[in-house]
Amino acid sequence: MKRFVALFILIAFPLRAEVDITPVTTPSGLTVWLVEERSIPFVAIDLIFAGGASLESDDQAGAVNLMASLLSQGAGDMDAQAFATRTEELAARLSFSSGRDSVSVSARFLTEDAEATIDHLRLALVDPRFDEDAIARERAQVLAQLRRDQLEPNTLASRAFARAAFGEHPYARETNGTADTVAALDRAALLDAHRGAIARDRVYIGAAGDISAEELGVLVDRLFEGIPETGWPIPERAEFLAEPGLEIVPFDGPQSVVAFGHDGIARDDPEFLTAFVVNEIFGGGRFGTRLMRSLREERGLTYGIGAFLSSGALGESYQGRLSTDNANVEIVIELLREEWARMGRDGVTAEELDRIKTYLTGAYPLRFDGNGSIASIMASMQYQGFDRDYVNIRNDLIDVLTLDEVNDLAARLFDPEALFFVVVGQPVGLN
Amino acid sequence: MFVSRLFSTLVFVVSFTTMAHASPVTHTTLDNGLEIVVIEDRRAPVVVHMVWYRVGAADEPPLQSGIAHFLEHLMFKGTETMAPGEFSSVVEANGGRDNAFTSWDYTGYFQRVAADRLELMMEMEADRMQNLSFTEAEWLPERDVILEERGQVLESRVGAQFNEAMLAALFKEHPYGVPIIGWRHDMAVLTDEMAMDFYAAHYGPNNAILVIAGDVDTDEALALARQHYGAIPANPAIAPVERPTEPPHLAERRVVMEDARVGNPYVSRIYLAPPRRSGDQGEAAALQMLAALLGGSSTTSVLERRLTFDEGIALSAWASYMGTMRDYGMFMLGITPVEGVSLSDAEAALDRVVAEFLEEGIDPEQFERVRHQIRASEIFGLDDMQGRARQYGVGLSIGLTVEDVEGWIDAIDAVTPEDVLAAGQMLLDKRASVTGHLMRPQTAELSQ
Repeated sequence: MKRFVALFILIAFPLRAEVDITPVTTPSGLTVWLVEERSIPFVAIDLIFAGGASLESDDQAGAVNLMASLLSQGAGDMDAQAFATRTEELAARLSFSSGRDSVSVSARFLTEDAEATIDHLRLALVDPRFDEDAIARERAQVLAQLRRDQLEPNTLASRAFARAAFGEHPYARETNGTADTVAALDRAALLDAHRGAIARDRVYIGAAGDISAEELGVLVDRLFEGIPETGWPIPERAEFLAEPGLEIVPFDGPQSVVAFGHDGIARDDPEFLTAFVVNEIFGGGRFGTRLMRSLREERGLTYGIGAFLSSGALGESYQGRLSTDNANVEIVIELLREEWARMGRDGVTAEELDRIKTYLTGAYPLRFDGNGSIASIMASMQYQGFDRDYVNIRNDLIDVLTLDEVNDLAARLFDPEALFFVVVGQPVGLN
Repeated sequence: MFVSRLFSTLVFVVSFTTMAHASPVTHTTLDNGLEIVVIEDRRAPVVVHMVWYRVGAADEPPLQSGIAHFLEHLMFKGTETMAPGEFSSVVEANGGRDNAFTSWDYTGYFQRVAADRLELMMEMEADRMQNLSFTEAEWLPERDVILEERGQVLESRVGAQFNEAMLAALFKEHPYGVPIIGWRHDMAVLTDEMAMDFYAAHYGPNNAILVIAGDVDTDEALALARQHYGAIPANPAIAPVERPTEPPHLAERRVVMEDARVGNPYVSRIYLAPPRRSGDQGEAAALQMLAALLGGSSTTSVLERRLTFDEGIALSAWASYMGTMRDYGMFMLGITPVEGVSLSDAEAALDRVVAEFLEEGIDPEQFERVRHQIRASEIFGLDDMQGRARQYGVGLSIGLTVEDVEGWIDAIDAVTPEDVLAAGQMLLDKRASVTGHLMRPQTAELSQ
């Protein structure tokens, strides 16, 4: 043990992410953050359109999701086959996805095919066809997914938690919609969702790779030709409503999935970063957290357990998940309550705080490890409201946190009396 | 801690590079038998440090299924000089991430850290290559952890249980038919002694590959490796891999599994296929192209285009080839029918489309597009340092050489349409295959 101590101290200094971000304003006025990296001849561009499934009404639930999945299923004069064929000819990698807060587009393409790929992607964004046969195919896929979800305990747990947490707000809904709403979605509804979700006023753009600021500005403007200025209004914030207690969703299987949590912390809260640090000590998804030590390493009660700050654009919660044998659920819930109470009451130790600071400040630069990941971080930093400079000061912000600040936050965040549990399975000894 | 490489994705192509943009790759072997690969990629101040052992679940003694994976977990429980859990704590305190994985053919351990912390990783990894040590307070609860793991990743997922049943039916004698994580009844009685015996028999520099990728100077990395790993003596217990051989397969097998948790019933088929062989990857490359043409795209591949788009009887249809295996490869086909189409009809349609493809030949435009994408994937692959490191680790673990690994894209590029059709003939002979139907219980179907 001892021989490592020396090395440990020697190297435990905060690193800075060596990321040189160029802010680009395109001729038409869009902002793009670029990290130029010329050693590999390809470019990565990521777009985030804020809004997502939270934009749609209850009776159109699933419209944005279905719309996003159809963007690659035919555009301009190309049907789905022709569009995919053209994408393959360009050897481009395009992906379209959506969630409760956003629609995301990701493109990776060879430098030599940059303009042709942008023209191709533009058609998908501006002029998707929503052909009837494509709608039928994608709708069948979503309905099949919804059927599988009904049989997937993790999904059932997350849904039950969201329903209890957010009541009538869109956050309570499944972003895929329900079998009824999805069956009823027609071409008009999809055109509507497209018109509402894809707009200039809500887009955040990141890029990395083999391209100059000037070339990128021209290219991005070309991509956005014909995309409307504004879309649907973003809905109101969601309040966390779940009452303390336990909800059991009966489900056959050897194990139960347990979802647990309570109200969280807003992502624009001045103490969000402090909460992030506290959670990394308590339940961040890796080995060495308090929850992993107590439930996995010391007792063998689970393969894995994690807790996370679920802080969306419109509302927040603090949650965790694990799977365990049906026979263990009772003891697991008891242990979770104890760990929760201990954190709220005693907070973390100075040693825990020091260790996590070293970990987090050391790990941060490792995120920026390729054009693909950098482009994605550039888009999401803007979406989450960070300054460009955040990359350079983020580790300092963590380093200056004091034990008192961290433990005041722990006392504020951790409330064992407020814990709400969803158990999906056949738990023994609970009712 | 457990990664089954099977069925995870449709592996389309792997990417390596012999191109102008390539960063240098160096390969050497120390006197004690440790093979070393260094991949320089200096774009970000990050390094990946991996040690791969040429041993996995297919090397387990009888009645000890799961011991390779159990040992992988126990490798984090301390050495003569390090406390239980200290390995991961040190990695974490240095801002890194670490993990490990077990397959049939290999067991791998890796850390991803800031480049200036490479030496510390080597020091610790070299330590546990020879000095593993733990007590009952560690291994006994860890056995419960692997049982929970089996419960979570296998027994709670009907598709995973179905795959387990398919493989058990496909392999008559070779241990690829035994699940990597082990059978529950074997796992429940594994002991520390079994783990230490397995460790003593298989771990050592002469059965390992060290892969270092990232922001390093090759000469400096090699010097560090010599310093920390070079002094470990070769393990004389390590013997050449000896595994059972499959007897002739004369009868096709069929598996039917009913489970109320099935969301979408589907048909799956696995054929025994040749794996990539060192110095002779042509047949494997042809099977890789066959899989790409039949199932490489969710829109334009032959199976999807015919069954999902033209005939509208499939929700999805797939083909994939798993050739990066030491002893036997596998070729997989499958179809999830739309509602109202029976699994029998779906299977018949799948067989018909495959037969027509082999008879009618290959659309030259599709063939060209697939080749173009493979060449492009070589460039995109350069962006993924960990993926590159992994390809060398897997390749060398299963008996391929660095030349084989680096020549894989060229081997695929050299495949002709005639090669693909010749390789595809194996799909018409079902004797060395298993076909499975996964469905809801019939009574439930009737009552709906």
